Amino acid sequence: MSEALKARIAAVFNEPACPTNNAKTEKERRKGCSKPLTPGAAAGGCAFDGAKIALQPITDVVHLVHGPLACEGNGWDNRHAGSSGPQTYRMGFTTDLTEMDIVLGNGEKRLYRAIKEAIARHAPPAVFVYATCVPAMIGDDIEAVCRHATEKLGTPCIPVNAPGFVGPKNLGNRLAGETLLAHVIGTREPERTTPTDINVLGEYNVAGEFWQVRPLLEAMGIRVQACVTGDSRYNDVASCHRARVNMMVCSSALINIARVMQERWGIPYFEGSFYGISDTSESLRTLARMLVAQGADPALTERTEALILAEEARAWARIAPYREALQGKRVLLYTGGVKSWSIVSALQEIGMVITHTSVRKSTDEDKGRIRALMGTDAHMVDSIPPREMYAQLARGEADIMLSGGRSQFVALKARTPWRDINQERHQAFAGYDGVVALVAELHRALTNPVWQEVRRPAPWEPGGGYLDKAPALASPEAAAE
Amino acid sequence: MAEILHAHKALMSNPLKSSAPLGATLAYLGIAGAVPLLHGAQGCTSFALVLTVRHARESIPLQTTALDEIATVMDGADNLEQALVNLTKRMKPRFIGIATTALVETRGEDMEGDLRLMLERRKELAGVRVVLAHTPDYHGALEDGWARAVSAIIEAIVEPADGTEAVPPRVNLLPGVHQTAADIEWMVATAEAFGLSAVVLPDVSLSLDGTIPDHYTATTLGGTALEDIAHMGRARHSIAIGEHMRAPAERLAALTGVPSSVLRSLTGLGPADEFVALLASVSGRPVPAGLRRQRSQLLDAMLDGHFQFGGRRVAIGADPDLLFGLSTFFASLGAEIVAAVASTTNAPHLAEIPASRVVVGDLLDLEDLAGEAEADLLVTHSHGRQASERLHIPLLRVGFPVFDRLGALHRCTVGYRGTRDLIFEVANTVLAGMHAHGPEDFASAIPPSVGHEESHHAGAPSVAH
Repeated sequence: MSEALKARIAAVFNEPACPTNNAKTEKERRKGCSKPLTPGAAAGGCAFDGAKIALQPITDVVHLVHGPLACEGNGWDNRHAGSSGPQTYRMGFTTDLTEMDIVLGNGEKRLYRAIKEAIARHAPPAVFVYATCVPAMIGDDIEAVCRHATEKLGTPCIPVNAPGFVGPKNLGNRLAGETLLAHVIGTREPERTTPTDINVLGEYNVAGEFWQVRPLLEAMGIRVQACVTGDSRYNDVASCHRARVNMMVCSSALINIARVMQERWGIPYFEGSFYGISDTSESLRTLARMLVAQGADPALTERTEALILAEEARAWARIAPYREALQGKRVLLYTGGVKSWSIVSALQEIGMVITHTSVRKSTDEDKGRIRALMGTDAHMVDSIPPREMYAQLARGEADIMLSGGRSQFVALKARTPWRDINQERHQAFAGYDGVVALVAELHRALTNPVWQEVRRPAPWEPGGGYLDKAPALASPEAAAE
Repeated sequence: MAEILHAHKALMSNPLKSSAPLGATLAYLGIAGAVPLLHGAQGCTSFALVLTVRHARESIPLQTTALDEIATVMDGADNLEQALVNLTKRMKPRFIGIATTALVETRGEDMEGDLRLMLERRKELAGVRVVLAHTPDYHGALEDGWARAVSAIIEAIVEPADGTEAVPPRVNLLPGVHQTAADIEWMVATAEAFGLSAVVLPDVSLSLDGTIPDHYTATTLGGTALEDIAHMGRARHSIAIGEHMRAPAERLAALTGVPSSVLRSLTGLGPADEFVALLASVSGRPVPAGLRRQRSQLLDAMLDGHFQFGGRRVAIGADPDLLFGLSTFFASLGAEIVAAVASTTNAPHLAEIPASRVVVGDLLDLEDLAGEAEADLLVTHSHGRQASERLHIPLLRVGFPVFDRLGALHRCTVGYRGTRDLIFEVANTVLAGMHAHGPEDFASAIPPSVGHEESHHAGAPSVAH
């Protein structure tokens, strides 16, 4: 790893706007944020994964992974970040380093040729070049190759220097933010600006859910200059430094972008969420307030309040038919970060009960919000080992589990309803429309007769009613024979 | 003879191949009480895990040695040792299969030596069988990783036969990486129909076949039992499927003296006949009535389905053995293989694929070739979906990964029954795309434009000027 990358990681760890970092002592701060992983007991993605998640939603560029096959081969086109136009971002590009490239030190040459081929065929507005462990170890200088390629080929080549072994996904998110700040944001001027231009940071348009929010903003008269990075084009992001307000939606993943944009261009930012009715309204209100403070027409405030009034009423009316069936149903929420509180409030709004919410990847601020929402921290859990999770669900301690794909089968094998609320999901749950969609989905999950079906005893098991007249055949011993 | 062409380019676009460590992982998942362990950075495991979960729709016990930058540069052995100890304590496996990644192989260590010392030193690992396969990502692909893992298992666990034990009516089956749980079930049932029991190595039909256990297990639940692997020397014959399984089959034969056969494919009438004939001669029994009936059903399916195959222009992208098997199957029913793309060159039979040329390349090569050749059916794994959309031709999903359709492991495409069902699947895909004919479909019925010239010939009606 180069000295420059080491220094950048140290700087990323020492994020002045990060509340977790600020709460640390000087000595703790120097150690950085990455907890050392336990070999044989580690889960979660690497820094490269995190960087890719944060940048891949830029839809019109080539995302080129410099490394051996697996880094891109096992992970391309695996998320559902929606695009309203270009599909280039869904293609998987890699240098697929061979043994010869590595042994002979041909990595940089191969990378340059790959960039050239990608530009020749796809003519993208930019090429994002991702470092991975092997080229980082053998000393390939992707920053130099990108500089050279940008100069020679006339297309911006953006080095994303976040090889997997430098740390976890979160670090990769931050390094992606650094990349945008160093090479993209502010490199172009927008064609037009308005007093109500905003950027939304950390929104990846998973399953297209930003399309549930954008119409609200448009109805208020707010223009989204760039979503960083969901459904964005390179040019939107490159020229997003003229926006009036930044909203950060995925907790502190891209907090460095928000902080630096405030320092460089005086753009104020806030952290908000579009999950749940009250959080959505609160975010819209804050956006309006901050835009007005930045010089937007004060009538924005009234328009916003009118919209909120109408939309909240419309959402509640659409939710009402489900309320009775969902009231009091117990949810085990196994996610992390911003979702650990934003989903809590969404579910509580419709009368569901949270048995536990996991705070594995949550910041102290996230935890504070949960405490405020639930009145106690008794329901916060760190991680639940799968064996324990299975036991809890099998004992019926929750009516449904909401989590990411990794724990899906723990719930399903315990014959318990489950729905995906993580990045890989196929459903959109943002804004007022998303709350209705979530409620409808939870209702579908909980009321599906399949749960009675799969819990019904088999003919050879006692209690099934099939072999009541021949109990000997219905005993487990008979089945074993 | 197909000409073999290498796409000489620095940029791989839309990878067709999956990495070797993933192939090894899939093989280890077919062993009972197993935890596969990738020796690399946490991301190596995380990406492989997510993809395998999406394909199998099961929890996958895959662990990592979690190399960070310092461990990579200094020495990965400490991490390997810690990982073995930690996961043994937490997950209580009976078997740990280690697959190396590009990261550790680039640095280069004496991993076998290190491992031997660890296993001697660490008493807590005494009850666990640990196997290591070298599977750097930059060498080969899924088939190679799978085969190397199987060789490593054979090497480490099979007990050399001394020839004194009585040989029971048993066969060893060595399926290739593309055999599903359903494929293996058919192979085993067919062997049993001849009175032969079968030891399958590795056996994903017991571990990834989607059952609901009544308790939680951290390791694989089901798969080949270690005792059965140890006693593979007590069999009459070993049958390996696919050229990539030749090396493990030869290793097994060398260790045990059990004769072995490599069948290149089990899909199609000819390959199924070969398998059945082999079992008949190994068992010394006639082919049972049930199988004869199955064969007759297949013949009927071939007759009913050949209308949809004849002249069909098929583009296939797959690992070498799967490509070979599918190409011969399609060709045997009259389809034309207009594009054949192989993930790697590690196969002796690429030139025998019934196509004019075989390109070693990626899915963008397949897309380009299929477009140029005006293919009307695309055959590859789920990542072919983008090409299928752009080309407006249907995609038949085969191989690994199939993450956007259910039941990948329950789809049988081998033997009489599996071939019958595959014929129906292909024919139905074609039928679904058929439309009612209109005049534009009969362009060739319009007489050549002589009509115009005719009007100028001598006998044409004269036009008043």
